[in-house]
Amino acid sequence: MSAQPGTIASSSLIQEQRSRRDALDERLFRWLLMGCALLVLASLLGAAGATLWGGREAFAKFGWHFLVSTAWDPGNDVYGALVPVYGTIATSLIALLIAVPVSFGIALYLSEVAPPWLRAPVSSAIELLAGIPSIIYGMWGLFIFAPFFADHIKPWLTNNLGDKPDDGKVSWLVQHVPFIGKLFGSDYPFGASILVAGIVLAIMIIPFISSVMREVFQTVPTRLKESAYALGSSTWEVSWDIVLPYTRSAVIGGIFLGLGRALGETMAVTFVLGNAMTLSASILDPGTSIASTIANQFSEASGLQKSSLMALAFLLFVVTFIVLLIARLMLRQLKLKEGR
Amino acid sequence: MSSLYLRRRITNWLAMGLSMLATLVGLAFLAWILWETLRQGIAALQPSLFTKITAYGADGGLANAMVGSLVINFIGIAIATPIGVLAGAWLAEYANRTTLGESIRFLNDILLSAPSIVIGLFVYTIVVLPTTALTHGSTTFSGFAGGIALALIALPVIVRTTDEMLRLVPSTLREAALSLGVPQWKLTLQILIRAARSGIITGVLLALARISGETAPLLFTAFGNNYMAINPINKMSSLPQIIYQYANDPGDAMHSMAWAGAFVVTMFVLLLSLASRLVLSRNKVSHE
Repeated sequence: MSAQPGTIASSSLIQEQRSRRDALDERLFRWLLMGCALLVLASLLGAAGATLWGGREAFAKFGWHFLVSTAWDPGNDVYGALVPVYGTIATSLIALLIAVPVSFGIALYLSEVAPPWLRAPVSSAIELLAGIPSIIYGMWGLFIFAPFFADHIKPWLTNNLGDKPDDGKVSWLVQHVPFIGKLFGSDYPFGASILVAGIVLAIMIIPFISSVMREVFQTVPTRLKESAYALGSSTWEVSWDIVLPYTRSAVIGGIFLGLGRALGETMAVTFVLGNAMTLSASILDPGTSIASTIANQFSEASGLQKSSLMALAFLLFVVTFIVLLIARLMLRQLKLKEGR
Repeated sequence: MSSLYLRRRITNWLAMGLSMLATLVGLAFLAWILWETLRQGIAALQPSLFTKITAYGADGGLANAMVGSLVINFIGIAIATPIGVLAGAWLAEYANRTTLGESIRFLNDILLSAPSIVIGLFVYTIVVLPTTALTHGSTTFSGFAGGIALALIALPVIVRTTDEMLRLVPSTLREAALSLGVPQWKLTLQILIRAARSGIITGVLLALARISGETAPLLFTAFGNNYMAINPINKMSSLPQIIYQYANDPGDAMHSMAWAGAFVVTMFVLLLSLASRLVLSRNKVSHE
């Protein structure tokens, strides 16, 4: 106590001053903290606002046509979003098709199948995958995986499933199943393609999806599982009929979280997508995505092209925001259930 | 053994086998990626990488990129840490269970996975464009702009861990301090944040690990610089940006330098995540 002993009147005055000062400090501190927290809100709004503002010329000039046009021609200053939007969606969907069953398998293995001593090391190893920077995935994809794919996997796919095989003889499957030939037909000689980008994205999002799944699988009440086991269910039946229905919304949330990551991923995709501004039905042909188009072109762009890239960024931001919103809402349902 | 029973047994074996296969596939890709990074990176390591700058191309090194990375990451963390810790404290101590607090907590989780390239364009718009207007037209990419972009990526990580760690602090500690007449701001700053210190440090380390591999937000903010720049008011190179540039170069010598850079970045990130785990686990032991 720094206050000197004095008369009762002066000490109560000091106390009053002190409590007033404390109240002021308290209010200032509260405002400071709230200001910091509001920065989170400000940066989200700012990112949406800045890209919308940057893209205003493109939106004003092309209107809704921007969304459905395949043109991307800096020579004539005509731009459309369809090719990068298609590439973003196609690569993300391929990534989900691969990552969801694999992640489910990993989560199942780590929560139900693996011996307990193995669970911690394996799950930290899988989580290590999430920590590797995306540019490393990109380099690995560009120098290691895409050439491997072009040498060992792509020839088999084009010859057996594509409509442009090397020997000209279209396989039975392609003749009888519609679309599949177009999907796998390609005479592009390199590995970089929508499929390879999808595979690299899948490897990137597997740790995210599988760790969410594993976490939510562990929230299933043991009572519920043991009741099913007592009735004679197998491990698989418990997982499929008890664990999965119980955690459905959170599992979907985890999948959407992975989708949100995949949609916005830039570096890993830019390296292995081939950067072709053309629309092709084949997933073995190169393509482009919103993020990789921006990464490749923004520094050299000006005028309407720059504005179109900003407009693309706005589209990407809005779509990922909605996907992540759904993901978080789905995940929150589980938390509410937990609290009950 | 009835056929139904047999079918269920086989389904079960198949499912268990596939789940094990899925885990092996995940681990195999992890091993493949790490192995290639180690193999190609160590083969390309040489002392000149740390002493020469990128201006010499294939005969040079990565010194300016390493210095640039350190400076930009430092700026990012230096901005994000105080803001993130205070914002996290507000969420945990002042706005817990209020509508605004819950909404910000929710939006913070979205910012956590927002596409980093859009963050880069945002900072380009709010930092690079205005400063360009000040200098009458010459584009002013800068290390500061890069640091701000990385701060926006680190921020949600720090907010989230601080919020979570503060909520783990037992409420008896708060009640004891309040009953002694400690004002709430003093309680927050001097008692709660100190009690949750190791958790918060973990969050900062994780945020640093996250931003030190980021490339996309730096392309249009720090841009790159082939010469040594220490003052962040200049354009600045960074390791991820040089890796991106060199990997796209047709020359093999550039590729091996890119691998060396990738090796350095990966090791840095992995060591950081290891360190963050150690900090957290030591804390757990001391609480027991």
